[in-house]
Amino acid sequence: MAFLRAFGSYVPARVVTNAELAARLGCETDWILNASGISERRYAETESVADLATRAAEDCLARAMTRQVGMVIVSSGSSPRRFPGPAAEIAAKMGFAGVPALDVPMASAGSLFGLALAAQCASSAGPVLVIAAEKMSTAIADDKNTAILFGDGAGACLVDPKEGGAEIVRWDLHSDGTYSEALRLEFGAPIHMDGYTVILQASRKIPAAIREVLEHTSTPASAVGTFLMHQANQNLIVRIAKALDVAPEKFFSNIARYGNTSSASMLIAASEWHAQSGFRAGEPVVFAGFGAGFHWGALLALGL
Amino acid sequence: MTTEDRIRAVVGKIAQKPLPSDPEESLFESGVLDSFALPDVVGELEKEFSLKVPDSDLNPRKFDSLARITHYVESNI
Repeated sequence: MAFLRAFGSYVPARVVTNAELAARLGCETDWILNASGISERRYAETESVADLATRAAEDCLARAMTRQVGMVIVSSGSSPRRFPGPAAEIAAKMGFAGVPALDVPMASAGSLFGLALAAQCASSAGPVLVIAAEKMSTAIADDKNTAILFGDGAGACLVDPKEGGAEIVRWDLHSDGTYSEALRLEFGAPIHMDGYTVILQASRKIPAAIREVLEHTSTPASAVGTFLMHQANQNLIVRIAKALDVAPEKFFSNIARYGNTSSASMLIAASEWHAQSGFRAGEPVVFAGFGAGFHWGALLALGL
Repeated sequence: MTTEDRIRAVVGKIAQKPLPSDPEESLFESGVLDSFALPDVVGELEKEFSLKVPDSDLNPRKFDSLARITHYVESNI
């Protein structure tokens, strides 16, 4: 068994508005908002991926009121080196040198895969600190179709084998490398995104994964209290809600303020949602993600 | 109505923009369909022609002109 015990998040201070981006990219502010649902995003100026991750993780552990961590898992698609990844550095910065620290070099869906992996490991490792941190501002150039979307930030979750506000009940994960060229970030080059392929596939695969986890747990979509999705694009979130015949208001969204922070976005959203309302006894919450690879899936947790 | 006429009706309903007279013209490059309109077009084509587009066929190139959509639909109904 594994439980969601606490969440945390951190976003850097610098706010980049649509007006600032529109002036740089030569487009209209209204076009940015209509195309993405994003009003502003944050850029880290001097902070590294590891710095962002550490701040979010410390926030998470403060909320959990514990320093007991048996394993650290870090997802990031924008870490600066081929190796080592940031996980060991983050663990050491937090005083967890010697604790196994695993990198999941996966954008967007990385935090979802991290949660599932943590749920598997918690019973033997003890509390697993899952962190997702991204500095996507380093991955964009002057292509307006991608530059308007991305921001920097980090989220964290403590997955505990014994206690928490919700039990992780089930997850269904998928990968298909057929589309590995459609969304990619190579060293020394800006992010490449074939938006038509990404949206076409995501519009089909995310609802399918959510239906899959709901069917496996005999949970009607109408019973789910909140959907916490990777914050890719508000238009996509609304589309997923429509495909599931669920009110869009059930999909927590903070993309207007932070943009798409890739793998960090789902845990930043979860952290804000948890601070505002949180789990309710007997109420399912569904996490879902989709991203480069393609990797996608959904996870269901039941409030206790 | 021909298959192309029905496809024009579907695409026009989603796009809410004038369609190119040349069926070979790209619906993407001409700005008729953006990335969020394309899944809607595929969904409406499935309803209009009672077909199921499998995930493996969700390749934008199959749907980027009226001619290509017509070819896809006629090959799969």
